[in-house]
Amino acid sequence: MKKSFPVLTWFLPAVSGLIFISLWYGVRVVSGLQSWILPTPVEIVAAAVHEHTRLLAAAGHTALGALGGFLLAAIFGFFTSLMLGLSKSLRASLYPWLLVLQMTPVIVLTPIIMLWAGPGMPGIITITWLISYFPIVANMTQGLLSTDMNHVALFRMCNARRWQEVLLLRVPAALPYYLAGLRIAATLAPIGAIFGEYMVGNASGGTGGLGFLVYSYNTQIKIPALFATALTSCLLGFVFVAAVAWLNWAFLHKWHDSFEQADH
Amino acid sequence: MESVPPIVKFTSLQKRYGVGPVVLDTINLTVAPDDFISFIGPSGCGKSTILKLVSGLSPGSTGELTVMGVKPREARDRQAFIFQDATLLPWLTAQLNVEIPLRLRGRPAVERQTTARKMLELVGLGKVADYYPRQLSGGMKMRVSIARALTLTPQLLLLDEPFGALDEMTRNRLNEELLAVRSLSPFTALFVTHSVTEAVFLSNRIVVMAANPGRFYAEVAIDFPYPRRPELRGQPEFQAKVNEVTRLLHEVEISPSS
Repeated sequence: MKKSFPVLTWFLPAVSGLIFISLWYGVRVVSGLQSWILPTPVEIVAAAVHEHTRLLAAAGHTALGALGGFLLAAIFGFFTSLMLGLSKSLRASLYPWLLVLQMTPVIVLTPIIMLWAGPGMPGIITITWLISYFPIVANMTQGLLSTDMNHVALFRMCNARRWQEVLLLRVPAALPYYLAGLRIAATLAPIGAIFGEYMVGNASGGTGGLGFLVYSYNTQIKIPALFATALTSCLLGFVFVAAVAWLNWAFLHKWHDSFEQADH
Repeated sequence: MESVPPIVKFTSLQKRYGVGPVVLDTINLTVAPDDFISFIGPSGCGKSTILKLVSGLSPGSTGELTVMGVKPREARDRQAFIFQDATLLPWLTAQLNVEIPLRLRGRPAVERQTTARKMLELVGLGKVADYYPRQLSGGMKMRVSIARALTLTPQLLLLDEPFGALDEMTRNRLNEELLAVRSLSPFTALFVTHSVTEAVFLSNRIVVMAANPGRFYAEVAIDFPYPRRPELRGQPEFQAKVNEVTRLLHEVEISPSS
């Protein structure tokens, strides 16, 4: 089957989406619920159009917070993993504490973070960072530890120096794991940012982010606008995931088995 | 024998891991520069351990082992290892894989490229230099692995069942190619295999090993002159050698412990 109509990627999701939206309308009509409890998709789109200036500004704000936290997590995650993956004693001393940090719900830490990092963007970025840091570290460390022993023996046979083994063997071998960590982090980063904004409110001034809009629309009982905010957050999440998926493709498609053509 | 210094010399070498059972017992072996020695025997007889000892990847316990007159680790620059699977780095093209040993020694880029290219052409892969390992067949990967081992023109080549995963036709062809490459760029070979035919075709000496503990059981000399033609495999003298080694292997498997 060559380049036929992409039934699986487009047609079936479109059909199931249409069925879902019809059901939504059906429930609304049959139940007689009010618009402010269950708005129809059309009402949501109308709200999104009406609120588009606020939504766009908020999305930009959230994107900035999410990106900042994500980048910090990506950079620090990389170096933390190098430390953990290359030194047994560092791994033994630090990894349990990273787990402890991971096990502590961020919601509990939020007031402390706000107190230390300050409300507004610094706090939001810190929360995002904390939320997306661990999956990167866990994945990349795993990758550094699962280097093929025969490859290591090959490097030893060539009298490779430690830094050569790290740079030419262990890091490239761990790259797919790192990217898998980034993919998880990309889904978490916008959530972290929105959660942070929700907790800080509008302390950073301006429109605030999507999280602040959630808070604001909720108190004003603007339910269709609340749904529109959810839609915007969802789109933002997609952009993040798509960007990392592209990164993943760019680094791996030439050589990694996950991009192997089935009919190769 | 003449006074040619041995490439590898085992003197009553014994190997055990910690206080575990003896893996190799009282190994005595002198390897001459033009030797192609195959080690064959049941699993657990320690034939791969022989190669690990020579490469210095694993130390001996008692007795002595010298490689080109020095300790195994100190002779690493003059030896290369070919593993059971091709062990290519999947993120590098065939060309860059072959360059790895040169890169690890800090050779300049131009020298790396020309040497690697030459080696790939030697094993008949000049055309696929820019392919990634996943685009290559099993036999091609093994050829890349051989090219990589030869980049530093090693005096001693250690091969640990390199063709074990290949089908018989590919294996036979690679056996012939290995000998052809050896006539162009001579090296001493220590070769571990499960295949009697392969051992008889390639080697001038075959060491049959026994297990529990791993030890040398018998040595068979294979006197067919090099270069060896593929037709050799069909000749009765060849078959006689195959039968002799097979018989020894049966003896070894019937009486597993001393």
